Amino acid sequence: MAEFTLRLRRYDPESGDAPYWEEHTVDLEPHRSVLEAILQAKARFDGSIGIRCSCRAAICGSCGVRINGTPDLACHTHLDKAQRHSRDGVIEVEPMGNMPVIKDLIVDMEAVHWKKIRRVTPWLIAKQPVPEREYIVPRETMVDVTQSMACIQCGACVSDCLAMEVDPDFIGPAALAKAYRFVGDPRDDQPYERLKDLAEDPHGIYDCTHCFMCIDACPKDVAPMSQIMRLRRRAGSDYGIEDRNNGERHEQAFVTLVRKYGLLDEAELVPRSYGGDSPLSKFKPSVQKELASSLPSIAKALLRRKVTPAKVLKPHRLAKRDLQQVRRIYEEVEGHPERLELNLYITGYDEDEAVTP
Amino acid sequence: MKVAYWPGCVSRGFTPELHGSMARIAPLLDIELEPLDRAACCGAGVIAEHNQELADTLNARTFALAQQAEGTAMMMNICSTCQGAQAECQERLDANAEYRAHINATLADEGLSYEKGLTNKNFLWLLVEELGLDELRERVRRPLTDLRVGPFYGCYIVRPTERLHIDDERPRDTYLGLVIDALGGTVIDYAGAHKCCGFPILMMNREASLAQAGRHLGDAVDAAADCLVTPCPLCHLNLDLQQPLAERVVGRELDMPVLHLPQLVGLALGIPPDQLGLGRHVVKPTAVIDWTTAVVAEVGAPSSGG
Repeated sequence: MAEFTLRLRRYDPESGDAPYWEEHTVDLEPHRSVLEAILQAKARFDGSIGIRCSCRAAICGSCGVRINGTPDLACHTHLDKAQRHSRDGVIEVEPMGNMPVIKDLIVDMEAVHWKKIRRVTPWLIAKQPVPEREYIVPRETMVDVTQSMACIQCGACVSDCLAMEVDPDFIGPAALAKAYRFVGDPRDDQPYERLKDLAEDPHGIYDCTHCFMCIDACPKDVAPMSQIMRLRRRAGSDYGIEDRNNGERHEQAFVTLVRKYGLLDEAELVPRSYGGDSPLSKFKPSVQKELASSLPSIAKALLRRKVTPAKVLKPHRLAKRDLQQVRRIYEEVEGHPERLELNLYITGYDEDEAVTP
Repeated sequence: MKVAYWPGCVSRGFTPELHGSMARIAPLLDIELEPLDRAACCGAGVIAEHNQELADTLNARTFALAQQAEGTAMMMNICSTCQGAQAECQERLDANAEYRAHINATLADEGLSYEKGLTNKNFLWLLVEELGLDELRERVRRPLTDLRVGPFYGCYIVRPTERLHIDDERPRDTYLGLVIDALGGTVIDYAGAHKCCGFPILMMNREASLAQAGRHLGDAVDAAADCLVTPCPLCHLNLDLQQPLAERVVGRELDMPVLHLPQLVGLALGIPPDQLGLGRHVVKPTAVIDWTTAVVAEVGAPSSGG
């Protein structure tokens, strides 16, 4: 047995009192979980501590909390590890973020998480005609969606989503991973409609800031951000959906400019992202309006010689021989009949894998 | 130490002061830069979003060029985004021999081939893991005494932790604090250090993007920071270049200077601010420059010997 001290964030919105921290010391084996420690504190010292839990085996997804500032399942975190990662030897446990607190460590999943899950039509829209018995699909086509099917709806990714922190309307990592589960399912009848909807929504797939928070947060390796990138790839490359949020145009412009110069030309990327993948985009009135709204920044950058007119007109580029190599790589890869994607969640690592520094 | 040096696109485009200051300080740290000027853009995750194989092939070409660069100990970059985007491609290339062979077949025409196991470090990692903090401390000529600096890492250099090999032995998500401290500065604890600057969605949801930048800058102001320091030029664009617009979105004056990592190191090594391109920022680092002149006046000459 060993002693572990917990610092729990207590809050009862109905009391009218402010949240406060409370410490309890428990006796448990170091390999036991943070959840067991919370339950021991509840049994021994204060029965009013609010925590939601059920299976205690990392499968029901009920006990999502923040431990030392990082979201995880309380039942899936060993006490010794939690203590090692604490700031001062005391294991800090608080409710998940981005969701309102009902009491202590219990957040209102309904108000945020489940509402967003329902937003993406989280069921199969069956292809017609529905076969008399089961659908027969190639095995490989289902392998791709198994990663998103591993989600246990714990809300850890929602808790720390940095886009949602500033834009609560963002559909968010859990719901978008769920959306890919159906977009990627060969039995679904409406992948285009789903993608069109999620691409056009100002808080949809192009609202993700690519911060990797959800990848680190997920206790089940669902990698929601990777599923969002798959949704974008399907929407832009497979269905050619040009969204109103500049998402597809930005991607196209980026890919075109690197083909053209080998390096990124930022001055050209902005107008093309707003107005379409053409050198004439900057002259479109709608684009000029967008650029004008950035005038305070542009003016200062010019004033400080951070950006010079010469640089805007003459972008940096690779030497001719290298540019030819880059273009040939583009042609060869884009000429493949099927897009090749390696998902390490599915393929795993070679056995002789040596970790590189 | 000689390194195959990848400056990235933005440090030669909209943040030229980053590339310039790195070149300026390298000799003082005994780092010899062998530029990878034949390499292409890392794709910043956007090319991978479009076509994973394309991004992997372009970066495999860069890695192969780095492995060919004679006498170099490793590859080094000065951009968090390059670091993360390249690490993602390298993870796939290193994980699967069959996939690597497939990608190398595309490179074969140019006589290039990537062999698994390249070491590719951001300048920040190199400072701590190769040069070492003690050695860095030795070389400081003008300690950043009383300068209050907030670290801003950039997402790509701190997540996903597993891919970036961040663990108890290599706590790379704490290195900026260690470096600021070794340079004699005061590390500011504020909420934004490991958060997202918002740059990737600037053109898709400007309001949210600038709200992110404004929020972190505001948190740094509230923590009484003199400046922020970042190893990511894209973060610098949103935090510095866009700061006038971010101020409008969050409805408060910010006026928070943001330094590139080599600039902060350069100041401590005793290089005058104008040689580090500090005058080229949108938010004038007046507080920092005043501070350097004040400290120089106080200390007089560079500290003896060492």
